[in-house]
Amino acid sequence: MVRLDDAVVLSNGFPLLSGVDLELVAGSLSVITGANGAGKTSLLRLLGGLVALSSGRGTVVGIDLSEGDLRHLRRRVGWLGHEGSFYDDLSVRENLEFAARALGRPTQAIEGVVERVGLTHRIDTTTKQLSAGQRRRLGLSWLLLRRPELWLLDEPYASLDDEGRTFFDGLLGEVVAGGATVVVSAHDPLRSAALHPRTLTLAGGRIVSDVA
Amino acid sequence: MIRIAWLVAVKDLRIEARSRVLLWQVLPFGAMALLLSGLALGPTHAGHSTAGPGLFYLVTLFVALLMINRSQGIERTPGTRASVATLGLDPAGVFLGKTLALAIELWVSGVVLLCGAVLVLHTALHGALLALPSIIVTLGAMAAAGTLYGALTSGGEGAATLLPVLTLPAFAPLLISGERSFSAALNHGALWQWWVIVVVALVAYLGVGILLYGVLEES
Repeated sequence: MVRLDDAVVLSNGFPLLSGVDLELVAGSLSVITGANGAGKTSLLRLLGGLVALSSGRGTVVGIDLSEGDLRHLRRRVGWLGHEGSFYDDLSVRENLEFAARALGRPTQAIEGVVERVGLTHRIDTTTKQLSAGQRRRLGLSWLLLRRPELWLLDEPYASLDDEGRTFFDGLLGEVVAGGATVVVSAHDPLRSAALHPRTLTLAGGRIVSDVA
Repeated sequence: MIRIAWLVAVKDLRIEARSRVLLWQVLPFGAMALLLSGLALGPTHAGHSTAGPGLFYLVTLFVALLMINRSQGIERTPGTRASVATLGLDPAGVFLGKTLALAIELWVSGVVLLCGAVLVLHTALHGALLALPSIIVTLGAMAAAGTLYGALTSGGEGAATLLPVLTLPAFAPLLISGERSFSAALNHGALWQWWVIVVVALVAYLGVGILLYGVLEES
């Protein structure tokens, strides 16, 4: 599913990733931890085809990061960022309809995924009126609607209360059981004992610890 | 491409209808600029009608710059950029959709400002109506060029400052042709030579945008 060999990502000459070797198999759950600035988000963005590989080699879902079509790669990954991922002036329903129509998917599935993440009562609320936790749930419904092969979740536990974290853990378990590959960045290791993730620790743009 | 263009245009117009930036911020600014221009010219009607077309396009330029920044601003949030990037939208469709939405917003602004020019600058109504088709095409070309240059400056620091500087060479022939065409309409002069410039510019900006918008997005 993912293979990186000595992957380097530079931004204005500054190394965001400075030689990452990584292999992830399909249907796995991995957690990337590390201090602020360690390179967690940069690694996720590289896997999503959102930043270019500066040197080294890499393939994600069979697409070469150096020579492949990154636009094609992006259609096969799902991204949940910690900044908020939607058009603030559109409602939950309108955001999801936009995504579904862009991907040529039926819009009938929207109400089901919104119910699945517990946002039915807010479906016609504009996104800017949602709480941070509700935005995170909207992000999940966006991914559930898309069902990508590779889920890239950038600090998804931020702004979630205990109930939200438990819900999120349960959902991750289902997604992985369904065959998708999930990569999560987080400051701390996952609390859920049921998930058994592989935990990678980044420091200075390199993987310094890999615990299966 | 057409399906994505329609989807993006509807999305942009829906966001505009919801946020009402055009209605409550940009149009009042445009109307105020037109009114102040009229006051600055003094009370003589002759001066107003001579300067009317130029002032109309000058104010339209200010409005267009604000709307171009707004059009790109709704895509600029880092999270939104990343999420929408993973939809893998056809860049030519995105360009056409954003151009169409911006053109509709500029057409609405143009009609309002044209009414303002008739009321405040004493522009002849029959001349304004004659000039309307050329105004529509000129604003369409401004929307295409603005979307292209908006993507070029989007995400960069100082985009609001850079945009007017970069768009000036692209807008200059449009503004000159538009003003000449408007003046010709008011004075019953020949319009066709100005039409040629505007139509060629519209086709050129649309063609370049369809070909290059993806490259600009990636950069």
